[in-house]
Amino acid sequence: MVMWIIIGIAAAVVLWIIASYNSLVSLKNQALNGWKQIDVQLKRRHDLIPNLVETVKGVMKFEQSTLTQVIEARNKAISAQGIAQKAVQENALTGALRQLFALVENYPNLKSNENVGKLQEELSSTENRIGFARQFYNDIATKFNIAQQTFPSNIIAGMFGFKPSELFGIADASEREVPKVDLNLK
Amino acid sequence: MNIYEQKKANIRSSWAIIAIFVLFFIFIGLGIDRYYGAGFNMPVYTVMAFLVAVISGYAGYRNGDRLVLYSTHARQLDLNDPRQKQWQNIVEEVSIAAGLPTPKTYLIDDPDPNAFATGRDPEHASIAVTQGLLGALNRDELQAVAAHEMSHVRNFDTRLMLMVAVLVGSIALLSDWAARMLFYRRTGRRSSSSGGGSSGGGAALIIIGIWLIAVILAPILSQLMAMFVSRRREYLADASGAELTRNPLALAGALEKISSYTGPTRSINQGTAHLCIEDPKGNSINLKEGRLADLFATHPPINKRIEILKQMAYAR
Repeated sequence: MVMWIIIGIAAAVVLWIIASYNSLVSLKNQALNGWKQIDVQLKRRHDLIPNLVETVKGVMKFEQSTLTQVIEARNKAISAQGIAQKAVQENALTGALRQLFALVENYPNLKSNENVGKLQEELSSTENRIGFARQFYNDIATKFNIAQQTFPSNIIAGMFGFKPSELFGIADASEREVPKVDLNLK
Repeated sequence: MNIYEQKKANIRSSWAIIAIFVLFFIFIGLGIDRYYGAGFNMPVYTVMAFLVAVISGYAGYRNGDRLVLYSTHARQLDLNDPRQKQWQNIVEEVSIAAGLPTPKTYLIDDPDPNAFATGRDPEHASIAVTQGLLGALNRDELQAVAAHEMSHVRNFDTRLMLMVAVLVGSIALLSDWAARMLFYRRTGRRSSSSGGGSSGGGAALIIIGIWLIAVILAPILSQLMAMFVSRRREYLADASGAELTRNPLALAGALEKISSYTGPTRSINQGTAHLCIEDPKGNSINLKEGRLADLFATHPPINKRIEILKQMAYAR
């Protein structure tokens, strides 16, 4: 009788270990998939940029330095290795693009150009996609991390050596500040 | 209730509706067998009704979304048009936020702003939008509407709504047909009353009575159920839509703009009303609060929805 109880408890523990291990693996893979999604969207942005530069080049010949800056930032972002460096380069690219679109405002015939409008929409959509992909990744990764840190699944996570996923934050402290609006523009 | 519980509840309720649907058909088949057929020993009509219920239920599950889209004259987007391309982009963005495949997108030529989602699961989902909505809202607001519809897809509201639409549609058709048949039979019997008429008896009368009540009440009941079912989940779709975009104020703004158009969305008919972001009938009942309005409106009062969304924004 006692032996059966012990066997029952042991079976329950083994089943519990299997179930928690599997749910941790599932979360880990979801997080990895979320991470891949970010890369897909970043690539979309990298592919759009040469098109954009080509379209505005003719009209914006006086802004050559900004254009080369955008291209350089793109190339650096593509060749960046590792999460931290990638994040820095992608943020630099975002900054360069913002600067470019601010300059486009100075060229009325560019602003009304259909192709520029289309590219602008594609790029702002891509920015949103990148943002949403990061948000989705962060949500899944947070779930994964919580599962690793809360009792009792933390025992399993420790036993099989799961590592917490890194979350995306704002890379640069200046981005957290409210942008200052310069009213002396005109 | 969070969206995971809601999803489970929706899948369960979809099955319950199919069961009700089949039982209802069997009940009517039994009535016909008792009254007109060869009796319960040879339930020809019951078997027929059962087969009709199963086949039409399955067809509705598989193709109901296409039927709904067809009935609203929805057509594919023209991606060369900048506004429509933007809407396509927005739907893709929101599906990334939800971590789901991108639904098919459709456009309805109607000046009144409205949108709806349909489909049996996220892999077979469609989101349709009226021309009026694309014209009236800015990018953020369109994104909020897309996120609201995406939430309906994500928690399987669309499957349940689809099954309700199939149920409501078939029962309305069936009770129409049964009422006509009953009327026809009665006048027919009067002319040849010398022969039969002995099939009665107290028990038979009761069955006929219940059957008649079902035939009369079914359309009303199913309509009420469709309304009830959709009201509560609008709040949840608002909330989880705002969770996707992290921008509840944009949805509040969108609802404000949509509610300022009081006209009906003509291309969306009664059967699909409960799928929309805002009641396409354009009547004022959804603006009122109180018992009666709660009973008959397909959507919660829009002011209440806006108020809740604004509270979400300020609470942060």
